[in-house]
Amino acid sequence: MNPVYYLYLAALLFTIGAAGVLIRRNAIVVFMCIELMLNACNLAFVTFSRMHGNLDGQIIAFFTMVVAAAEVVVGLAIIVTIFRTRHTASVDDASLMKL
Amino acid sequence: MSSVATVHSLWMTAADAPGRIPGPHIEYAQLSPTLIVLGAAVLGILVEAFLPRRSRYHTQLLLSVVALAAAFAAVIGLAAGGFGTSKAHVAAMGAIAVDGPALFLQGTILLVSLVAVFTFAERRLDPASHGKRVDSFAAQAAAVPGGKAEQEAVKAGFTTTEVFPIVLFAVGGMLVFPAANDLLTLFIALEVFSLPLYILCTLARRQRLLSQEAALKYFLLGAFSSAFLLFGIALLYGYAGTVTYAGIAEVVADGAKQIDPALAGTMGNDALLLIGAALVLMGLLFKVGAVPFHMWTPDVYQGAPTPVTGFMAAATKVAAFGALLRLLYVVLPGLRWDWRPVMWGVAIITMLAGAIVAITQTDIKRLLAYSSIAHAGFILAGVLATSEDGISSVLFYLAAYSFVTLGAFAVVTLVRDAGGEATHLSKWAGLGRRSPLVAAVFAVFLLAFAGIPLTSGFAGKFAVFKAAAQSGAGWLVVIGVLSSAIAAFFYIRVIVLMFFSEPKADGPTVAVPSPLTTTAIAIGVAVTVVLGVAPQYFLDLAGQASVFVR
Repeated sequence: MNPVYYLYLAALLFTIGAAGVLIRRNAIVVFMCIELMLNACNLAFVTFSRMHGNLDGQIIAFFTMVVAAAEVVVGLAIIVTIFRTRHTASVDDASLMKL
Repeated sequence: MSSVATVHSLWMTAADAPGRIPGPHIEYAQLSPTLIVLGAAVLGILVEAFLPRRSRYHTQLLLSVVALAAAFAAVIGLAAGGFGTSKAHVAAMGAIAVDGPALFLQGTILLVSLVAVFTFAERRLDPASHGKRVDSFAAQAAAVPGGKAEQEAVKAGFTTTEVFPIVLFAVGGMLVFPAANDLLTLFIALEVFSLPLYILCTLARRQRLLSQEAALKYFLLGAFSSAFLLFGIALLYGYAGTVTYAGIAEVVADGAKQIDPALAGTMGNDALLLIGAALVLMGLLFKVGAVPFHMWTPDVYQGAPTPVTGFMAAATKVAAFGALLRLLYVVLPGLRWDWRPVMWGVAIITMLAGAIVAITQTDIKRLLAYSSIAHAGFILAGVLATSEDGISSVLFYLAAYSFVTLGAFAVVTLVRDAGGEATHLSKWAGLGRRSPLVAAVFAVFLLAFAGIPLTSGFAGKFAVFKAAAQSGAGWLVVIGVLSSAIAAFFYIRVIVLMFFSEPKADGPTVAVPSPLTTTAIAIGVAVTVVLGVAPQYFLDLAGQASVFVR
């Protein structure tokens, strides 16, 4: 099968993730959309790796997974702290600071 | 089909001949600044785990200061050993460059962090709670603000001494960021310094809701932007088949000469290159806070604990501009006719928007945030010069600007009322009557921001605008000078407010800091004046350090 299709899929997933970040209101869902974007990057890396016939892309995919895991640790900690303070995880409610 | 065959042979051969894998060759001595800082950060975590609470603060402070000073000494040693000039090369199997700009920026970051750690450790500003001195960080960050757990933590006199190892981790990432010589290292370094900063933002002792909100915004937008950066890296990898800077630059320069026909769809595909480069630049411009990727800056600067804001504003900018310079000058010089017009636009709207929006601000921290956006625009003007002068002027500007910022935010921590820091501008009215010294020091910083002669701000602005003008960016310089004039208006307005208006009866008091913050502010003033009065030595130093290794 032509590996280029996987690139289209990666671009599609990335776009869905980016649109989700912009549209969704719940911080957890926004965060999941960011993770979706990272996974789209992984798919692109692995596909390019296959197309180029070198392993760099696959190695980078591992690094991305580790970074995503670290990001979850920090991100969920922040979101949970906010939730316990305000009893909501909506990003619209976080508006104490305005222009 | 030939490419598919080669791909399969990759793991086929590996399966039947598991030969020796040679270990990587790492030049530990040349990476020592980063290794010292990260090692001290790990030690700091162990200190948190094993030492009793009462001795942690002093141990952590000592450890951080010693580590940062040792790392700075290591940078000086490397520079003296010629690694900045003649012996500049790429270390760690092509991952990290040891060259002039890297060493200059690492030295700057380390000095700035050293001074920032002094402001982190300040314990005389907040009134002692239950007989124990406290700093500007939460008693227990996990406790709900105003809840029972928080009251107990405050009563017990807890402090978040974890900030010291966390800040060391951030510094470690920042040291790698401008020296990263492949896109993977760039991304990892970005995350290594960003994640600790997100945590630091949540840790304010006062106004914890603001602090948590700032952290949420910073985290979500930061993660969003790093996802863009990563996708850009994926596309550049698809374009060049490698993530090393030299490899990509080679493919950019040569075009698609000796490429396997099966790869013609990806390798050397201009669409991949342009979109990938744009996405990577977007990620970096987010970190430097350039318009239109600046939306997080004012909120995060306002909400984060002020020492953290100072550290972030100074050190992050240095690291991010270093990485941006290396990317544009080493990876994408062959593409400069494509990125220069775009970056022109970004520089212009950054300078103008930062200066104009700052006029309407009423909070001193937000004001400084918008001023930092405007300054990002000025630095971008130097980046655009695509010449050696451009590099050296940006290096000099970063060094000058970071100390001014750090000093200014350190002064902000001193002006306090019952609710903590009094950051509303109206409360600063008449500060010059009440405590002339603090107001005068802040005025020096504001004049440096405005770029008045005899301050470091003037020397820096002159250098970047000169480099930009020499590269033919005359209009950019005109707009830069115009927005400097707009920016000077609100800096002067704050000075007028401090010195020429009556102090209010219920105005804030100026806390008397410990020698830590005093030292930090004194260093800020000294650097501002020295770099303003006698910039030549430092300009020469930046000039010597302005050649990237490839």
